[in-house]
Amino acid sequence: MTSPTTPILTVHNLSAVFPDNNGGLQALDRVSFQVYPREFLAVLGPSGSGKSTLLRIIAGLLQPTEGKVSFGDHRQPRIGMVFQQATLMPWRTVIQNIMLPLELDGTDPQQARARARELIDLVGLQSFENHWPRELSGGMAQRVAIARALIHDPDLLLLDEPFASLDALTRERMWAELLRIWQARQKTVIMVTHSISEALFLADRVIVFSARPGRVKLDLNVDLPRPRTDEMRYTAHFGRLARRLKDTIE
Amino acid sequence: MSLMVVHKLTQQFRRSVVLSSRGIMATLTQRVIALRSWLGGLSVLLFLATWHLATRYGGLPAFILPSPAAVGQRFLRAVMEGLLIEHTLITLLEVMVGLVTGASLATLIGYGVAKSRLLENLLAPYLVASQAIPMVAVAPLLIIWFGPGLFSKFLICALIVFFPVLINTVVGVRAVPKVYYELMRSLRATRRQTLLKLEVPAAMPILLGGLRIGATLSVIGAVVGELVGSDRGLGYLIYVGRSQYDTALVFVAVFTLIAMALGLYGLVTLLEKTLLAWQEQPRL
Ligand SMILES: Nc1ncnc2c1ncn2[C@@H]1O[C@H](COP(=O)(O)OP(=O)(O)OP(=O)(O)O)[C@@H](O)[C@H]1O
Ligand SMILES: [Mg+2]
Repeated sequence: MTSPTTPILTVHNLSAVFPDNNGGLQALDRVSFQVYPREFLAVLGPSGSGKSTLLRIIAGLLQPTEGKVSFGDHRQPRIGMVFQQATLMPWRTVIQNIMLPLELDGTDPQQARARARELIDLVGLQSFENHWPRELSGGMAQRVAIARALIHDPDLLLLDEPFASLDALTRERMWAELLRIWQARQKTVIMVTHSISEALFLADRVIVFSARPGRVKLDLNVDLPRPRTDEMRYTAHFGRLARRLKDTIE
Repeated sequence: MSLMVVHKLTQQFRRSVVLSSRGIMATLTQRVIALRSWLGGLSVLLFLATWHLATRYGGLPAFILPSPAAVGQRFLRAVMEGLLIEHTLITLLEVMVGLVTGASLATLIGYGVAKSRLLENLLAPYLVASQAIPMVAVAPLLIIWFGPGLFSKFLICALIVFFPVLINTVVGVRAVPKVYYELMRSLRATRRQTLLKLEVPAAMPILLGGLRIGATLSVIGAVVGELVGSDRGLGYLIYVGRSQYDTALVFVAVFTLIAMALGLYGLVTLLEKTLLAWQEQPRL
């Protein structure tokens, strides 16, 4: 058993260099941090600072050039990932896309379908379950991808700018849902975002990356009480935290 | 609370818009299709009329250009005698066996080539050569080696189908976006699952494109083989018709071949319609 004080994920001295024509392109430079069980971590940083690369390394999709990623109980946790690009399979309907992780698990199709319906309700796509991805808007497709990342009840959620193409109303609804799921299901979340207020509203901790090569420039504890409310976003303390993040990024 | 209501309303509105626009699309599409087939029929009629007039007033002897009526009569006679059906079935058998074996082998090997640099490098010279060699030139050799029977025709058809299907398989499999592989890996999919749930459906459009080309080529392969050396099949019928100055019979055989190629083409199209429903765009 892991006690709450042992990290579920340790990123140690991680460097990533992509081969190119002049000596390699360094995306990450000796990045280290730890994530504790049930923590909600947000990662901020300028474009090209290696945020997506970091998630891909944690998910085991990419080997780091140096350093390592280790998990608390020494085995890869179940991962739910929302990629930065849309990754819906165009030959699957909305509900079939959402069911994919359960299909790969060998879950009973009846059960998988019922579970997928719950998630379709959650992301507000009730009347679209049998539509093809090409019939969806960008924001709708992203919501399908979020539902798919949640369906198999993963331990670790890796979200790469999951709300980037949503309108403000939907985005805030999704924030609330994400917080609800995160609290109810006791998941660990690492979310990349470009939005300071999104990071502060959702996360326990915010890591800020420097411009390429990505280095941890700031590891900020977000000491806002939970549950987070809309009003908190207009408090002086929220403003101070936002100011700090903004100054670090610039 | 009120947010939810607005949300529900928007969705209802969206749904009704989608439904009604679909209805309009459907009737429009139907009308366009009706118009198209009407125009198609008209152009065939025009063609037949021109043909008829050319034979009537062109002063050409029947062994050069038989009239449409003569061809029709010859067709009926050939059917009655059982001649046409027998030879058509033989050619169809050659076409189908060649197509199925050629396409299956090409898909298997194509997948291997797409996945392994080693295999690609090993096979590259043969693949390039097989594209460069005109089948018509190799057909006599195959008949010398394997005799004038069905087997040499199977082989010619399979060989002629092989290359385009193989190329399309390689292209189709290589074109699967990398991020889908990452998705499958993040979900710990097995090799087999990645093949069945990602690679096969993702490559399907290009694969079927290869099959479509292959189907038409297979008909060509069968006829070439039969013309070079055979005592059966529509190609043989063409040969017989020519040597007996029975040009109407040549026409009958040619039209039957066209019908066969179109039928196969239609079959692949049908397959595309069912397998690629996700791709279908509303057409105007
Ligand atoms: N597969 C790859 N091959 C080569 N270079 C890559 C690859 N993936 C990323 N890079 C490079 O690594 C750097 C970091 O990329 P990454 O996608 O991690 O940035 P990011 O922080 O996610 O940026 P953004 O906010 O724009 O999404 C970039 O300069 C990019 O060009
Ligand atoms: Mg990124």
